[in-house]
Amino acid sequence: MNSSPQKFEDLSSTGNSGDGESLTVEQAIANLESADLGLRFYAAWWLGRFRISETAAVTGLIKALEDEADRTPEGGYPLRRNAARALGKLGDRQAVSPLIACLDCSDFYVREAAAQSLEMLGDPVCVPVLINLLQVGLQGEQLISKQPDLSQPYEAILEALGTLRANEFTHLVKPFLEHPIELVQYAAARAMYQLTQEPVYGERLVQALAGEKLQLRRAVLADLGAIGYLPAADAIAETLAENSLKLISLKGLLEHQVNHTVTSTLSDGAMKVMNLMDSLL
Amino acid sequence: MNNSDLAQILIRAVEEADSSDRLLDAVQELAAAGIEESVPTLIAALGYNNPGAAVAAVDGLIAIGEAAVPSLLELIDDYNYSARAWAIRALAGIGDVRALDTLLEAAKTDFSLSVRRAAARGLGTLRWHQLPPDKVESVQTQVLEALLLISQDPEWVVRYAAVTSLETLAIAIATTLPDQASRITNQLQQILDKDADLGVRTRVKFAQQKIQQPQHQEVFAPKIKLEDADVSEVPYRGGGRR
Repeated sequence: MNSSPQKFEDLSSTGNSGDGESLTVEQAIANLESADLGLRFYAAWWLGRFRISETAAVTGLIKALEDEADRTPEGGYPLRRNAARALGKLGDRQAVSPLIACLDCSDFYVREAAAQSLEMLGDPVCVPVLINLLQVGLQGEQLISKQPDLSQPYEAILEALGTLRANEFTHLVKPFLEHPIELVQYAAARAMYQLTQEPVYGERLVQALAGEKLQLRRAVLADLGAIGYLPAADAIAETLAENSLKLISLKGLLEHQVNHTVTSTLSDGAMKVMNLMDSLL
Repeated sequence: MNNSDLAQILIRAVEEADSSDRLLDAVQELAAAGIEESVPTLIAALGYNNPGAAVAAVDGLIAIGEAAVPSLLELIDDYNYSARAWAIRALAGIGDVRALDTLLEAAKTDFSLSVRRAAARGLGTLRWHQLPPDKVESVQTQVLEALLLISQDPEWVVRYAAVTSLETLAIAIATTLPDQASRITNQLQQILDKDADLGVRTRVKFAQQKIQQPQHQEVFAPKIKLEDADVSEVPYRGGGRR
């Protein structure tokens, strides 16, 4: 990923985002069934992008998870991928079961999108199926010997298991700390911290902030923001990455502080984080 | 060796850096020297798409201060908006009132959220004492109007930056425009009640807390040295954030 910081800005809503404006909600929903595969693909993305959570949109996207018309030369399912991604953003629990079914799809990217969206929807009913997928990479409680194993979207699966608090499966998450792919290691550390609250896993991510590669540091910023690991605050502010990403990461810490403080007074941690954020504006 | 020779050596090191780490080191050394001649090179470093080097260059430009302002103002028209955001940050750190129009324009209309964010922050770090006394009220009113508008930006981080500036402005106008102060407190309360973003709402609470503290009489004193805890109440001066 060689994107400039502004790539991240393009994902934000500024209310005038180019051609998206030319679609209406009705049109986008209708386009999911268009004869033009390009229009279908775009409509699925658009409905997620603008958080169109109407029943007809959800129903149309769930139907698109079984699409057979749109195929890549390698056998991938572009429309299913976009539909799965969109359903995570719409927050409708009806999508949980159909997304669980997508974890069986032959297309890696459909499985990845489904895991990410199941994490967003936050319903732990999908945990056993995610665990089945995770175990593809394990022999008992060790990584399978053929490495690097890229057969499953482990990063997305691990992050989902952490967010969904799949505490009884910690022993199956832990081996992935040793995975040869750094992003998978980080996802495992992130999940381990969420499952155990042990600082050693947060510290592992803090160490990764000092790594060589910008794209990995960016990923770790997102992980630390997601787990709200307060002791990382200074390291986040100091790491070599775009301020936009540091601010988002620190905001994750700040919100975690606020959500875990009983009183309405600001904690010292919250104030510390805000002073750091101010300095990065 | 005099400053000029030293500057030439350090500038050459930046120009000859052949890796992002070397560039970072060279820019850091040049910035640390704080020599006025290095301004063009430091400004160029804002556009290298190397966040570490850009942060170091911003720190260096802030340390050089007023002498860097004219060149920075010229750069704002540049096509490279990532460099523009860094330049706005440097101007915000310097706090020079010559940047006022540029900051107002950028905060209200720039399409890049990192530019709007940095400009919104800069509006709160202006050094009012640079203005002729008869201008202070009208300029503060202008900045107040702008911040009330910017605090409704669609982007959370721009609203967050506007809140930090409404905070410093509230403290500044307590003595100059006390009858305007309620406009800020009302707006902050509005944001606290209505903003969708928890981070922004939390920053409002922090601002309200700081506005209510009595020890804010020194806003007009140039370059006051405050404790770290109060660091957000003075113009940001780099502080070596990486």
